[in-house]
Amino acid sequence: MSMANLLEKLKENVIQGRKTSEDIGIDESLTGTPGVVEMVEEALEADIPAEELITSSLTAGMEVVGEKFSSKEYYIPDMLASADAVGAAMEILKPHLEKANVPTRGKIVLATVKGDIHDIGKNIVAILLKGAGYEVVDLGIDVPEDKIIETVRSEKPDYLGLSALLTTTMTEMPLVIKALEENSLRDSVKILIGGAAVSEEYAMEIGADAFCADGFQAIKVLEEMEKANGK
Amino acid sequence: MPREGILIKKPIERLTGEQVQQIHDASITILRDPGLLCFNRRAAEVFRSHGAEVGDISGSSTPSWTVKIPGKLVTDALDKAPSTITLGARNPDNVLVIKGDEPRVYYITGSETNTWLDVDFPAYVSKTDSSREKRIPEFKPRRGTVADLCASAHVCEHLETVDGYIRTVNIQDKEINETNKDVNKFFACLNNTTKHVQSGLTKLAQLDNVVKMAEIIAGGKDKLQENPLVSFITCLVKSPLQFVDNTTETFIEVCQRGLPVVVSSSPQAGTSAPIKEAGIMAQINAEVLAGITLGQLVNPGTPVLYGSVPVRARMDTLGDSYGSIETTQYNIDCVQMARFYNLPNYSTSGVCDTKIPGQQSTVERLFSDILVTLSGPQFLHCAFGLLDCNAVFCLLQAVLDDAHFKMIKNFLREPRINETELADIRKQITDVVATPQKMFINYIRPVMRSGEISLPYPFEGEGDDDDVFYLANERMKELLAKPVEHIDEATTQRIFNEIPGLLPGLNFYERENQS
Repeated sequence: MSMANLLEKLKENVIQGRKTSEDIGIDESLTGTPGVVEMVEEALEADIPAEELITSSLTAGMEVVGEKFSSKEYYIPDMLASADAVGAAMEILKPHLEKANVPTRGKIVLATVKGDIHDIGKNIVAILLKGAGYEVVDLGIDVPEDKIIETVRSEKPDYLGLSALLTTTMTEMPLVIKALEENSLRDSVKILIGGAAVSEEYAMEIGADAFCADGFQAIKVLEEMEKANGK
Repeated sequence: MPREGILIKKPIERLTGEQVQQIHDASITILRDPGLLCFNRRAAEVFRSHGAEVGDISGSSTPSWTVKIPGKLVTDALDKAPSTITLGARNPDNVLVIKGDEPRVYYITGSETNTWLDVDFPAYVSKTDSSREKRIPEFKPRRGTVADLCASAHVCEHLETVDGYIRTVNIQDKEINETNKDVNKFFACLNNTTKHVQSGLTKLAQLDNVVKMAEIIAGGKDKLQENPLVSFITCLVKSPLQFVDNTTETFIEVCQRGLPVVVSSSPQAGTSAPIKEAGIMAQINAEVLAGITLGQLVNPGTPVLYGSVPVRARMDTLGDSYGSIETTQYNIDCVQMARFYNLPNYSTSGVCDTKIPGQQSTVERLFSDILVTLSGPQFLHCAFGLLDCNAVFCLLQAVLDDAHFKMIKNFLREPRINETELADIRKQITDVVATPQKMFINYIRPVMRSGEISLPYPFEGEGDDDDVFYLANERMKELLAKPVEHIDEATTQRIFNEIPGLLPGLNFYERENQS
C-alpha cells in the first residue's frame, strides 16, 4: 500500500470510529479489515513519521468527525468511538513522538473527588481529550486529596480536572485546591472542574480556573489556555 | 406489499364484555323503538321491502318516514359486512389491508377544514436590550385553495407516519363551484400522493366522474375494484337518529358501486346526544348500525367502515370539545364496539380545541393520539395538522404531528427479549466490566444505526431558545421541495380529456410545458 493510500485509509478508519479490526464502524463491510491500531502499527513499520500520521490521518479524520457531529449526522457515541481510536493511536505513537522530540499538547490529570463514585462524564472527557491529542492520567473515582496532590507532584501535569456529580461531594473540590496551595502546587497547574453539581459561578467561587459543562467545552477551554500560554 | 401499520397486541379497553353487550342491546332496542326518522325515500323503501316497520309522516313539508329496524335485520347485515377491507393506492406499497378482528392501526389525515393557516417568522427586538432578537411565529388564516390541497397532499406523501390521505382543506377558489369541486378535490389529492385517498362528496352528480377518474388511474373498472384507490365518507345519519336525504342518497349510490365507504356518525354529547357516556354510546352505535344495515341491504358485502366521530359539548359555548377527556373515552369505547362486530373502525383522535399550534394543541392531540392508538382502531383519522376542532388546517402542525406519531410508533415496537439476545448481552456485560472505564458506549452505534433506539426530538433548538416551530417549518419547506410521483402524462391527458370541470392549472405536464 502506498503511503498516501495508507494515510487516507487510516483517516477513513478514524472517521468510521474503528479502533481495531473487530470494530464494526459505520460501514459494516469494513469489519475484519485493519482498524486504526493495526494501521498505525503498519505505518510505523513502513517508516512513515509519527507526525505525518497525526497531521494527515488522525487530526484530519477528527476534523471530519467534528463536522459530521456539528451537522447532526454523527452523535456522541460516534464521536467517542473516533476519539477512542485516536487515543489508542496516540498511545502507540507516544514513544516515537518523544524520540523525535515532538511535544504533546499537554498532560491532564482527571479525578472524581472523594466520596463520589460517578464517572460517566469524566470518562467521556478522558476519551475526548485523548482523541484531541492530550495525555490523560485518569485517577478514577472516589479519589482522596492526598492522592491528587501526590499525582500532581509526580506527574507534573499542565491541567487538573476535578469531577463531582453530587451536591454533597462538590465541597471536596475547594479542599483539593486548598491542599494544592498548602503544598505550593497551585500555580503549577490549571484547575478545571465539571459535573452535574457544579457551575461557572462555583468554579470562580472556589478559585478554580475554569468550569467545563462537557468534554467538548473542556477541549475548547484547554485550547484557549494553550493560546493564552502562547502554545 | 401493503403498508404494515402498528399491531396493538393488548389493546386498552374501557368497557367490560358485559357493558359492550349492554350497549349493543340498547342500540338494537333504540333501532326498533323509536327507530330513525328518514328523509330519504329510497332508504325508506329499502327498509320497508326488507321487513322494517316504515311509517309515512303526513303533514310535513318535507317527505319523511319513521323507520323501525328489527334486530334480526341488523344482525344479518353485520354477518354480511366484510371484516377485511382493502383500501387501494397508486403505489402498491401504500395499499392498506384493514381487518376488523386485528387491532392494527393506520394513521390517516383529515377532516376537511375551511381555513388554511400560514405561518411566518418575523423578528422581534427586545425593548430592554436591542441586541436581543427573536423569531416569533405568526399565524395568518385564509380560505383554503386547490393549491393548498395539492401542497398538503404533497407533504403528507412524504410524512412517514401518514398511511392514508383524507382531504384536509376545502377548496374555495373562485373557479370552484358545486359542480366541479369533487373532481378537482379528488384529482388534487390523487395527483400529489400515492397513498390511499378518501373524501366526502359535495354533489352526488359528480360521483360517476370521480369513479371514472379513479378507474382511469387504476387501469379499468375491474382494476379499481381490486385496488380501490378512493373511498368515501358519508355522514348519512344526523344525530339524533335521522337519515339525511342527500348523504343517504350518496351512500346508497356508493354502496351500489361496491367501493369502500365509511358510515360516519358524529353526535355531540349534551346537544345531539345524551351527555352521559351510556347514552351517547348507545345512540352512536345505533346510528352506525343503521347505516351499515342499509348498506348491506342495498348491496350485500359492501365494504363498510364503522365510523365514529363522537364529541362532547363545551359547557361554555355548547360547541364541540374535541380536546375533552370524555371525547377520547367515547372514541375508545367505539373502537371496542367495532371490534365486537369484527368491523374495521374509522376512529378519531388528535383533534384539538385550540386555534393555533402551541402547548395546548400539543397536549390535547398527544393525549388522544396515544390513548386512541393504544385501543387499536384500524383506520385512525387522527387530524394531522388540524386545529380549532375541525375548522383550521396548518401544514406546519402536520409536520409536528408526524414527529409525534413517530414517537408513538417507536414506543410500540416489540420488545426484543429472547435467549439469543440475552446470551449476547451476558457476553457484553462480562467484557465491559473487565475494562477500566466500564462503559457500554461502544455497543451503542450498531443499535443506533439499526433504528432500534429512537432519535432525539427532531425540532430541538440550540441553547435555551424554543425553535420548534421554526425548525418544523424548515422541514416543511424541505418536504415541499422534494418531488412527488405525479400521475403519468398519458393518464393525465386522458383524465383531462374525459373528466369535465378540472382546472387547467392542475395539469402538471401542461404547466411544465408552458414554463
